[in-house]
Amino acid sequence: MELLRFATAGSVDDGKSTLIGRLLYDSKAIFEDQLEAVERTSLARGDAYTDLALLTDGLRAEREQGITIDVAYRYFATPKRKFIIADTPGHIQYTRNMVTGASTADLALVLVDARKGVLEQSRRHAFLATLLGIPHLVVCVNKMDLVGWSQERFEEIRSEFRSFAMRLDVHDLSFIPISALHGDNVVERSANMGWYEGTPLLHHLEETHIASDRNLIDARFPVQYVVRPQDQVNHDLHDYRGYAGTVAGGVLKPGDEVVVLPSGLTTTIAAIDSADGPVAEAFAPMAVTIRLADDVDVSRGDMICRVRNRPHVGQDLEAMLCWLTQEGDLRAGAKFGIKHTTRWGRALVKDLQYRLDINTLHRDEGAGTLALNEIGRVSLRTTVPLFFDEYRRNRATGSFILVDEATNNTVGAGIITGPTGVA
Amino acid sequence: MSTSASTQPYYELAHLQALEAEAIHIIREVAAEFERPVMLFSGGKDSAVMLHLAVKAFAPARLPFPVMHVDTGHNFPEVIEFRDRRVAELGARLVVASVQDAIDAGKVVEETGPRASRNRIQTVPLLEAIESHGFDAVFGGARRDEEKARAKERVFSFRDDFGQWDPKNQRPELWNLYNGRHRKGEHIRVFPLSNWTELDIWQYVAAEGVELPPIYFAHPRRVFQRDGMWLAESPWVTLLDGEEVEERTVRFRTVGDATCTGAIDSAASTLAAIIEETAVTRITERGATRADDRISEAGMEDRKREGYF
Repeated sequence: MELLRFATAGSVDDGKSTLIGRLLYDSKAIFEDQLEAVERTSLARGDAYTDLALLTDGLRAEREQGITIDVAYRYFATPKRKFIIADTPGHIQYTRNMVTGASTADLALVLVDARKGVLEQSRRHAFLATLLGIPHLVVCVNKMDLVGWSQERFEEIRSEFRSFAMRLDVHDLSFIPISALHGDNVVERSANMGWYEGTPLLHHLEETHIASDRNLIDARFPVQYVVRPQDQVNHDLHDYRGYAGTVAGGVLKPGDEVVVLPSGLTTTIAAIDSADGPVAEAFAPMAVTIRLADDVDVSRGDMICRVRNRPHVGQDLEAMLCWLTQEGDLRAGAKFGIKHTTRWGRALVKDLQYRLDINTLHRDEGAGTLALNEIGRVSLRTTVPLFFDEYRRNRATGSFILVDEATNNTVGAGIITGPTGVA
Repeated sequence: MSTSASTQPYYELAHLQALEAEAIHIIREVAAEFERPVMLFSGGKDSAVMLHLAVKAFAPARLPFPVMHVDTGHNFPEVIEFRDRRVAELGARLVVASVQDAIDAGKVVEETGPRASRNRIQTVPLLEAIESHGFDAVFGGARRDEEKARAKERVFSFRDDFGQWDPKNQRPELWNLYNGRHRKGEHIRVFPLSNWTELDIWQYVAAEGVELPPIYFAHPRRVFQRDGMWLAESPWVTLLDGEEVEERTVRFRTVGDATCTGAIDSAASTLAAIIEETAVTRITERGATRADDRISEAGMEDRKREGYF
């Protein structure tokens, strides 16, 4: 059974909580004691209906104020797939939360209210989903019951959304007319919209082909940990030296000729071990241990890749940066800790080229700062060379975080567009 | 988990393989970046799975950190027997943080009355042990599907000098780039099983042959009913008026302090039967079996803020 991670974006007004509640309820992932607790709280608060948002709003402050503060993770499974939902709030700190939830998602659900059509918020969600490299975008046109199940209205929204999406890097865009409240086209096909020839949402989630989304071409293995048993009892293990890590891209096999970065030494893969024994090949996101034929110096933060397919190696790179903190705005000249794959270093923000208005995609080249939830294009210089790819080619080797060195907080999320000085 | 031949040509990982890889990545990241990690090990199913994953993460080398049990003194003997045997098999070092010692030293005051529980006061010896051993990372087996406050917690969860969790001030966590930076005196709680569900745990236990204490399987036990739960007869609980002990066939879905962990009626004595039962149950494991979570809607959140698991 395959795992599909998806992010939802939208606000309570769009019926997002109702939709998630329906998916969970219909797949029997909501338990009776949870439902009873939600009913009790709703009743005590004087809600007119059982507020399914309470299922995901786990913190006291969230329940008291009726708001969602943070990304919530929910889990459900059908006989075909296991799902992890990253439920991101629509209003408060939407960018920070959505970027967080979207960073690991295979698919994004964007909700559009059929009465209101494509709003600024819908465009924002679609843009962030594509910026974060989510390969599949599903637009649920919700509340179809309130527009008389109108095919015309659905088509109108679809063509408007499509013309906007043409400006984005969307690989797979689908539209589903639904009524989350009544369940139409959520799990069961709607009897009210016979004109819709596609599948209901759950079926779509079960069938979306995600296996090809991973990069199986560019072999990348960031070394995470060096395994040296140094066993006093079992002398067979005395010379064992393995490089443990998670495959970030491509397929690795014993016998492959590889290069270790940054040393540039070449060798071959002698064996790939898993805890269940040797494996014939390793691919993302498998966690394995690689043994090399030659005794070369390799440590955490190094990268093993193919001799004829190497990442960019350098200290100067360009990135889209999402600013995640209110503790201070980003300005050119600031320095941070940077974590990229398994490598830490320090980074200087040399230049903030522009700030992007994520509603209009307008570039403000006069902007001197990035505040919380703002996104801009930056040039970085790092103290150590990084081994990176463009994010759109590889999310694992194309992403980094910036950490404030005074507070240790994670303050920036970076999406690498390429090395500096290359068009 | 071995990747079966049939999935190889498509380069797909089944969901348990993906969860396993994610957990191993997290465990290795901690071993690489922290000076003194420790893994909590209660002998319960989640910590047994977590320990199994840790062993796999560093094979063929030994576990590069000790394990720690916060011992309330109110244990099921089968669980302690299992704990000690597992630790011995692995040649691991076991640190025991004792609630009884903390009570004897006057550091905590034990609740009194027939409903007294040592659950909440565990936090004190836990934080003391973290401080006295200088642990800077503490692995816990908590899962996000267990409880709604946990659903909001990070994989790397920052704790201040007092061991406190501030849910409104959590570090953003993106991709698999975990930020474990902290100052001296602060520490990080790490939850490698964050994305696992109860059913995933059982499926993994079956697939991997992870050994568990026998009380997870249906067995006859002398129990009495309180607050809709079957509590085990033990030296530490006093019966209230009207409560009567009877022998029933039960099993435990969670294992904690014997005074507040309830059993469920079940005839499931094999993994296959437990998986079947877990797949169709309509009550969460904590709702069914944990008196400590019934205190209030925010029972877990409040305890976590204080530094609980």
